[in-house]
Amino acid sequence: MSLWEYANPRRFMAASGAVLPWISGLAAVLVALGLAWGFFGTPDDYRQGSTVKIFYLHVPAAMIAINAWLMMLVASLIWLIRRHHVSALAAKAAAPVGLTMTLVTLVTGAIWGQPMWGTWWEWDPRLTSFLILGLFYLGYLALWEAIDDPDAAADLTSVLCLVGSVFAILSRYALVFWNQGLHQGASLSLDKEQNVADVFWWPAMVTLAGFVCLFVALVLLRTRTEIRARRLKAVVARARMS
Amino acid sequence: MRALLVRDLSLSVRAGGGFGLALAFFLIVIALVPFAVGPATTTLSLIAPGILWLGALLACLLSLDRILALDWEDGSLDLLATAPIPMEGVAAIKALAHWVTTGLPLTLAAPGLGVLLNLAPEGFLWLTLSLAVGTPALSAIGTFGAALTVGVRRGGLLLSLIVLPLYVPVLILGSEVARRGAAGMETETALALLGALTLGSLAAMPFAAAAAIRINLR
Repeated sequence: MSLWEYANPRRFMAASGAVLPWISGLAAVLVALGLAWGFFGTPDDYRQGSTVKIFYLHVPAAMIAINAWLMMLVASLIWLIRRHHVSALAAKAAAPVGLTMTLVTLVTGAIWGQPMWGTWWEWDPRLTSFLILGLFYLGYLALWEAIDDPDAAADLTSVLCLVGSVFAILSRYALVFWNQGLHQGASLSLDKEQNVADVFWWPAMVTLAGFVCLFVALVLLRTRTEIRARRLKAVVARARMS
Repeated sequence: MRALLVRDLSLSVRAGGGFGLALAFFLIVIALVPFAVGPATTTLSLIAPGILWLGALLACLLSLDRILALDWEDGSLDLLATAPIPMEGVAAIKALAHWVTTGLPLTLAAPGLGVLLNLAPEGFLWLTLSLAVGTPALSAIGTFGAALTVGVRRGGLLLSLIVLPLYVPVLILGSEVARRGAAGMETETALALLGALTLGSLAAMPFAAAAAIRINLR
């Protein structure tokens, strides 16, 4: 029994079909619980007032936006090395989710930034690199849409994903060089003893877990749709041949 | 390889090759800027390094689909795939030919256009130097973008959408060199980073471009 068995589309469909309702339910419960806890169960910040509560949407969305690209990178590598079609389709399925999360991050950030910084938008390295990440997602999706042959499309988008990852990181550091920022430092990092006070930490963690489940559920659902679309195309082609 | 370079260069210089179009585009863009932002010389000299870099980048972008599209259509790319030189070499030569016909003329024309935008006197050297160091990276990255989209009909807009985000680091560092140079600040760090970016692109991009061409030829 190994992970690679799920590279078989039939196995993948069976396993993901069994898991999907549970993970979707878990996502709904955790996001609802975390957001309700964060919005109603935590005290206001002494400086930022209740606007600080947009944090519970902003930070998980930002983390998913970055890690969706990371997941696409891993899936693209698996496709290029081991030629498992499910992997290529999973990378394709994750891109719109990542793009949506990038937009959510930018919009919630603008709504948060307006009362706090007095501006909707600022050419800060963090904000700008998210904008550029959104452009990378757009280019990746456009390339998928433009190429008819599914295998060539999967190959070319995988190469673009690899090259794009390098250039996304380069842009991130070039931007730090270009402009010092207004954005606060990382709120949640692993190498600190305590990042934020526990009252804010726990609802943030619940929402984050909920967003991870949401991401997994959406990617599974979209991958299943892609596999079904691929099967449908095969059926139609077979019917035309006979 | 030399034969391929000579062929690409002569094809682009002769009639219908589009040599000089990028240069003319650059000139027109720079001439249009004062109409858009107003003729005040202080404003113009403030934005001159960035506008010149952006204009050169867009002119470079415009000529990218010529790198491979014509060879793809008439089948010479298939012949090159069976030729005794590796596809990586073909991609590198294509990038070099693009730079010689686009990047180099743009670099040489930029100081002249800097006069139009009232660029600060200290800036001319740094603008030329930054373009000379940065435009090879634009050609190398652009060849990769052209290789990705060569199989797509009318892929020009798609090419721009894919290549422009990849151009971001080069644009940031290149215009930073020109801007700091024009303001009389030290430029060494930005110039070194830009050089590193160019060398890295030149080393890695032919491999990515060759992989994309092979996939498209399959």
